Amino acid sequence: MTTVVLRDLTRRFGNVTAVDRLNLEIASGELVAFLGPSGCGKTTTLRMITGLLLPISGDVLFDGKSMITVPTEKRGAVMVFQKHLLFPTMNVGQNVGFGLRMQGVEKKEMNRRVSEILELVKLPGFENRRAHELSGGQQQRVALARALVVRPKVLLLDEPLANLDANLRLEMRELIRSIQREMGISSVFVTHDQEEAVMLADRIALMFDGVLQQYDVPQAFYQKPLSTRVAHFFRNDNALAGTRRGDVVETALGTLRVDAARVQQPDGQVLVTVRPEDVRLNPEAGSPNCIQAKVLLVVYMGTHTQLQLDVGGHTWLVHSDADFQARVGETIPIELPASRLWLLPAN
Amino acid sequence: MQKIIRWIVLISLVVVALAPILPQFVWSFSHRWLFPSLLPSEWSLEPWEYAFSTSSRVGEAFISSMAIGIVVSLLSIIVGLPASRALALYDFRGKSVIEWLLMVPIIVPGIVATMGIHQVFIRLRLTDTFIGVCLVHLIPCIPYMVLVMSSVFANYGTDLEDTARTLGAGPVSVFRYVTLPGILPGLLVSTMFTFLISWGQYITTVLIGGGSIITLPMVLFPFIAGTNYSNAASISLIFVAPAILVLIFTSRQLGRESAVMGGFGKL
Repeated sequence: MTTVVLRDLTRRFGNVTAVDRLNLEIASGELVAFLGPSGCGKTTTLRMITGLLLPISGDVLFDGKSMITVPTEKRGAVMVFQKHLLFPTMNVGQNVGFGLRMQGVEKKEMNRRVSEILELVKLPGFENRRAHELSGGQQQRVALARALVVRPKVLLLDEPLANLDANLRLEMRELIRSIQREMGISSVFVTHDQEEAVMLADRIALMFDGVLQQYDVPQAFYQKPLSTRVAHFFRNDNALAGTRRGDVVETALGTLRVDAARVQQPDGQVLVTVRPEDVRLNPEAGSPNCIQAKVLLVVYMGTHTQLQLDVGGHTWLVHSDADFQARVGETIPIELPASRLWLLPAN
Repeated sequence: MQKIIRWIVLISLVVVALAPILPQFVWSFSHRWLFPSLLPSEWSLEPWEYAFSTSSRVGEAFISSMAIGIVVSLLSIIVGLPASRALALYDFRGKSVIEWLLMVPIIVPGIVATMGIHQVFIRLRLTDTFIGVCLVHLIPCIPYMVLVMSSVFANYGTDLEDTARTLGAGPVSVFRYVTLPGILPGLLVSTMFTFLISWGQYITTVLIGGGSIITLPMVLFPFIAGTNYSNAASISLIFVAPAILVLIFTSRQLGRESAVMGGFGKL
């Protein structure tokens, strides 16, 4: 049970700032996703937590103790890499037992714990297999077992599912989640896949260009994104310029009511947004927050129909029922429910 | 298909390497062998008796060639291993300059460099000494070791070492349990080839050894320059034996794609 605190963590490579004054806290037993496009600094941050890479400034704290001067091998932060998973010259048992051997655990105890953990990752009796005899998914599970067997303070996973095919990915995702819960290890995994982050993580840290954009529970990235960039990453490009005054926003298409307790932008220039799945089509007559939109495109997606609409000069995406009928070019009323309406800073 | 190609490569290598040795083999058992006869008119064990006699100094030269080769190989590992790792895995100022400097002994003829070094070695009293010869052999050997091993290190990467460190292994354990076993096949092959480079040195040994250090090529050359092909043949077969052994030992590596062979591409 370990809390991890990153304080003003900064790392440069030459002139490039890979991670810029990163501050975040990982609660004990929490599973956090570092999410962002490749090159955003998420793996760099992971390496700084392990001590494989030292920050230029800032601090890494485990349970309140600074780890900056502690070498990697004494930190107890175990990392599972994306590639080159297993030691090729050792068999599965030796691989999994490696960390225990380094700790000087007695052989009998080591064998017991190795077979116990192999059972946990559903590879019982695999001790004598060679690394190259295993499938990609099995290697992944052995690598996970090798990390877990030392009961690490912090478990760090670099794109753990990236090299697996879709079915294995699902299986592995559930395995990671259940073991992580069971053992209560504070964990971080890196991913560029927002869906994976949402399904697996307690909290998501979204990074762009080395800067932390938002650190929150998965729901917040859908319902309460902090910027248009964050909203865009979570596939919401709907926006309408306006001016907030108290619990209303004046827009070119009319006045919209907002839930003042929910939205966070101060009065002034704002962008109004509602997620594609939250926009209501066919609103009842007289409903508040109704505006007119022109249909640009109708695409049948099987489970729903996707509409592209012109909303006051902005292109919006809206999901409707699969059987929704609309003609391209016609103008339809849409409702932006106040309970779903969110304000972004105008930029 | 790949297996067939592998066999073709292997067989052609063996043919190219062994075919020239066949006449040598016949020569080494001949007393008289004149053109145009297909086989010697008189057979004899004399060339081999000569090669193993003390007066030929072949035994003595074999031992000193062997000793020099082993010392040079060890020194090449000590100097070359850290250097090749650094060149393969780290970025630092002046890296390209060092990479270029490593190529210099391959571009500049050994005799030119050795003559310059000769002057320095005289002042350092290293001429005519065993260690002086070993040091001058390092000139062609270290670049070879570094280029091949940097390819091996680059291929091996750092992920496994990093994994081991996060699992609690200190620097010594990481090297012992992860790095060394990983690079060992490549290290064995490049060490054997480094040994052969030292084994085959002639000019450098003559200049720096000044006749005090007698190696096998030095015993062999007078016979090749002269006309006693029979004695030249028996001695050259002794001379070529380690190379054949290395070839057989490394043919597995030569027949397939490996990081070691990638290193040859840089030479």
